[in-house]
Amino acid sequence: MSIPNKPPAIGGFIPRDRSWQPDALTPGYKTSVKRSPQAALLSFPTTLSEETSPILGHQMLGELDNDLIHNFAQPGESAIGPRIVVHGRVLDENGRGIPNTLVEFWQANAGGRYRHKKETYLAALDPNFGGCGRTITGEDGSYEFRTIMPGPYPWPNGMNDWRPAHIHFSIFGHGFAQRLITQMYFQGDPLIPLCPIVGVLKSQEAIDALTAPLDMNRTVPMDSLAYKFDMVLRGRRQTYFENRKEGM
Amino acid sequence: MTQPLKYLKESPSQTAGPYVHIGCTPNFTGIEIYGGDLGTSMKRGPVKGQEITIKGTVFDGMGAALKDAMVEIWQPDAAGLFPSANETRGQADPNFTGWGRSPGDMDTGEFIFETVKPGAVPWPDGRMQAPHITAWVVARGINIGLHTRIYFEDEAEANAADPILTRLEHQSRVPTLLAKSEGDNVYRFDVWLQGPNETIFFDI
Ligand SMILES: [Fe+3]
Repeated sequence: MSIPNKPPAIGGFIPRDRSWQPDALTPGYKTSVKRSPQAALLSFPTTLSEETSPILGHQMLGELDNDLIHNFAQPGESAIGPRIVVHGRVLDENGRGIPNTLVEFWQANAGGRYRHKKETYLAALDPNFGGCGRTITGEDGSYEFRTIMPGPYPWPNGMNDWRPAHIHFSIFGHGFAQRLITQMYFQGDPLIPLCPIVGVLKSQEAIDALTAPLDMNRTVPMDSLAYKFDMVLRGRRQTYFENRKEGM
Repeated sequence: MTQPLKYLKESPSQTAGPYVHIGCTPNFTGIEIYGGDLGTSMKRGPVKGQEITIKGTVFDGMGAALKDAMVEIWQPDAAGLFPSANETRGQADPNFTGWGRSPGDMDTGEFIFETVKPGAVPWPDGRMQAPHITAWVVARGINIGLHTRIYFEDEAEANAADPILTRLEHQSRVPTLLAKSEGDNVYRFDVWLQGPNETIFFDI
C-alpha cells in the first residue's frame, strides 16, 4: 500500500480513555450505585452520527448571557457575592482550540443555594441571581464570563458531606462524541479532597485538571478577581491511511 | 529519555448533578432569561419526511423513574443528512435542527421529542446502517454521560443488516435499543440504567 504524499486527513475521534475518566459505579457517591450500568459498554469506531454535531451559533446569544451578575438582576442591581471572571479555552486533545462551540454553565449563589424548587438548603436566595449563563468560544477556543463566587453547600450523601465551591459546565465541541459535562473547582478550597463527587476522580492529576487557578493577569482592578479554566474535549485521529474497506 | 508525547487529556467528566436543568433548560425551572430553552423544538418550519414523536422514561436499578435526568438526541434528517457544519454529503433539510434536548416531565420524568424518522447513514465502509438516533443521558448519580442509540422496531429489514446490531454478542439485548411503535407515529424508548433490561450503552 502506498502512502499519499499529502497532509494527513482527519479521521474519527480518539477513543475515550476510560482508565482516566471516572467509573460509572462509585459507591462513595451513593446515587451512582443504582444509576450505573453494569454491563460492559459496547465499543465501535465513531461514525457520522458521532462525528457531526448541531449548529448552535452566535446569533442566539443575548447581551448578558455571559454575565451572571446581571442576567437575572433587576435593572440597576446586581448579584451578591465576590465578583469573579472565569475564562479559559476549550481545546481538543491535540491542543487545538475548538472555535464556535456552545459552553453552558450553572452554579449556586454566594450562599451555596440554587434557584430550584427541589433545593432544600436553608441558605437565602439572592433575588438578583439566577445562576446560569452561556457563551460561544472564539476562533481560538477562548471563552469568558462574569459571575459571583459560588458558595459551598451541604448535600445528602454521608451524614455531613459538603460540595466545594464549583461551577458546572456543559460543552458541545464539533462532534457529538465530544459532548461533556463537568465541574470546575477553585484553587485552595479545603473541601475539594473531602468531597465524594470529587472522589470519583481517579487521580490527583484528574482533580488538578478540574481545579482553576487564581489568575491575577485577568483580574479587573477594583472590580473582579479571575480564575482560568481550560477544558479539553476528545481529539480526532490524523491519518495518512484511508478507512479500512472491510467491516469492523 | 524520549520526547514527551504532548497530547492533552480529555477533561474528566463530573455528574450533571440534580440541577442540570438550571444550566441547560433554565426556562423549564422558571429562570426565564434566554427566551426559550435550547433544543425544545427540532423544527423551524415544515419538515420533510415522516414526523414522529419519541417518548420514554429513564429508570434506575430499582425501577424508579428518574425525575432529574436530561436527555439529548442527535440525528440526521429524513434523507440521512446531518444539519451540521461537518456534513459534506449534501444540504440537510433547513427546517430541521437534528438536535433535541428534554428535561423530562416535572412529575413523571417522561421525556418527549417531536422529530422526524431519520434516514439511513453509512458505516465507514459504505454499508448502510439502520436508521437510528444518537441519545445521551445525564443525571445526578451518572458520572459520565451515557451514549446509546435509538433504532426502530419497525425497521426489521434494515436492523437485520445493521453493522452494530448484528455484531452484538448478546442478541437478546438488541430490543433494548429498539423504539417500539405505539401507533399514530408515536414511539416509546425507555432507558434502563441497570437490571435485566439494562439498555446497551456505547463507548464511542
Ligand atoms: Fe452543584
